[in-house]
Amino acid sequence: MLLALLLMLVFGFFDQASSQQQRFPKPDFETGYVLPDTSTPEPRSAAMEYVDLLVLLLVLGFTTWLVFRKRSRRYILWTSVFTLIYFGFYRQGCICSIGAVQNLALAIFSNTYTISITVLAFLIVPLIVSLFAGRIFCASACPLGAIQDLVVFKPIKIAPWLQKTLGMFPFIYLGLAILFAATGTDFIICRYDPYVGIFRMSAEFHMVMLGAGFLLLGAFVARPYCRFVCPYGALLSITSRFSGHHLSITPGECINCKLCSDSCPFDAIDKPTEDNEIRPNSRNSGNFIIYALLIPVFVFATAWAVSSSHSYLAKAHPDVYLANLLIANPAMINDTESLDVQTFLASGRTMDQLVEDASAVQLKFKRGSWFLGGFIGLVIAITLLNQVIFRRRTVYEANRSACFSCGRCMDYCPVGKPAHPWFADNPVMENKL
Amino acid sequence: MSKELTRREFIKVCARASLGLALTGLAGYAITRIGTDQWVWQIDPYKCTSCGRCATHCVQNPSAVKCVHAYPLCGYCDLCGGYLKPGHLDRNTAAENQLCPTAALERRYIEEPYYEYKIIEELCIGCARCVEGCAAFGNGSLHLQIRHNLCHNCNQCAIARVCPSNAIIRVPLSEPYIIKGSHEG
Repeated sequence: MLLALLLMLVFGFFDQASSQQQRFPKPDFETGYVLPDTSTPEPRSAAMEYVDLLVLLLVLGFTTWLVFRKRSRRYILWTSVFTLIYFGFYRQGCICSIGAVQNLALAIFSNTYTISITVLAFLIVPLIVSLFAGRIFCASACPLGAIQDLVVFKPIKIAPWLQKTLGMFPFIYLGLAILFAATGTDFIICRYDPYVGIFRMSAEFHMVMLGAGFLLLGAFVARPYCRFVCPYGALLSITSRFSGHHLSITPGECINCKLCSDSCPFDAIDKPTEDNEIRPNSRNSGNFIIYALLIPVFVFATAWAVSSSHSYLAKAHPDVYLANLLIANPAMINDTESLDVQTFLASGRTMDQLVEDASAVQLKFKRGSWFLGGFIGLVIAITLLNQVIFRRRTVYEANRSACFSCGRCMDYCPVGKPAHPWFADNPVMENKL
Repeated sequence: MSKELTRREFIKVCARASLGLALTGLAGYAITRIGTDQWVWQIDPYKCTSCGRCATHCVQNPSAVKCVHAYPLCGYCDLCGGYLKPGHLDRNTAAENQLCPTAALERRYIEEPYYEYKIIEELCIGCARCVEGCAAFGNGSLHLQIRHNLCHNCNQCAIARVCPSNAIIRVPLSEPYIIKGSHEG
């Protein structure tokens, strides 16, 4: 006891010596008062991240089995409800595969930030799965997908040209997110995630409006975030396009009954090609070559356009913003209302230092925006190129890039199912299996 | 027809292989950037300027940022700059004289002339009014910390984005707090 007191006194002395702010000395208590401890509640243990990863792997594995063997929409739906509860409402949306791409970008370009193995696995594993089995992640392992899938009420068909045009946005968003993360500016995917506020039951007003808006829109335009915003979906659509296996609509042979095409709320089922669509091969390849040759033109044009507007993008960084503000309005120095300016003045950083830091950030943006612009050009060019690729189809097939493997079409496909009593004497369905 | 199909299959296999290789390469490169520890958000109390944005910009309401008390630094004063409003007329503990807008700072008599100041965490909103007062008139023993039992550990902290003094930083999970006096500042 005496030793403890002595130790405390000694440490107390060191504390006083090390702190310059100690205006009033620590009192010598005479009543045996013991200093309370400052409580420090522990964060969630690191091991729990591995539990999350295990849950992700289990969900992905189980859903793959459901899509390929069990072929059950209902089970896929319930798995996605589980994901919504676990990753959405219980884990409150962090960490997720969609945002993880920013962690990787920051880890690669920052000197101090490192990525944890679980975050990397969250990013890579669903992509690898999609390379073999399609967008299993979207079907049931993504809480954002799950919440949207539950509100699909009366989906409308969207014109193909509009789909293709809006479908370019996820790639642009991905490029922007990587640029902002790599420059250490912001994680825009997390910041503008419309559903995370619902998982947490708390968000800023404009994000609440955005979330509610997306949910309402999602009743008619099925899974709007997944199709026209999600940057991770953009990556998955590439890997899934070349996947080794993919959900098949029918368990047997397609009878071209068209039922599946009506069942898909995402317009992700390609119809059989009609005879009048077929053009001579020479014309096809001619167009293909022209569009392919145009790729560098697009790449350079957009790269130049985006890089010349890099200073607008750079303004998202607080240093650049503050430097711009103070250079444009030097009188702001006297503005006692502006917290940012006053804190900067009090911090002891000089204007030269600020300008130097801001120009370093701007240089990063200048370099990065060349890549961003080139990437956007490539996306536009490939979208155009895809228009002239003609593929002959004789049956209804899931579009491998766009299909979320949700399994609705499997439920609708009549092949192999017992016929309705009305058609009990029609043997065609049973025979095709 | 069959020749065309084989060509398509060939292209697909090639694309799949190159995408697979690209992913493995990316993962391989990322492994060089893997840290042994995970990150959590914390406030560096030595950088904090008590601007009050922690109370308003956290994704949670009330904020996961709370005031903590580093007791070894406290002077246990009767006239506490973190507890009482400056320029109050009567020196008593009536509500109008208290700095804390939610009465989250509790004062307890220890012995003449010393008082202990304790934060009632359920009431604290992290507005840093007491922190400001304590730093201005006292020892600076009251300071803000992100409480990890409350913090969601968002991928990007919403407060970090608006913090004017860049005081919100990523710290290793193994050392999740920066309590004044117990770290080398």
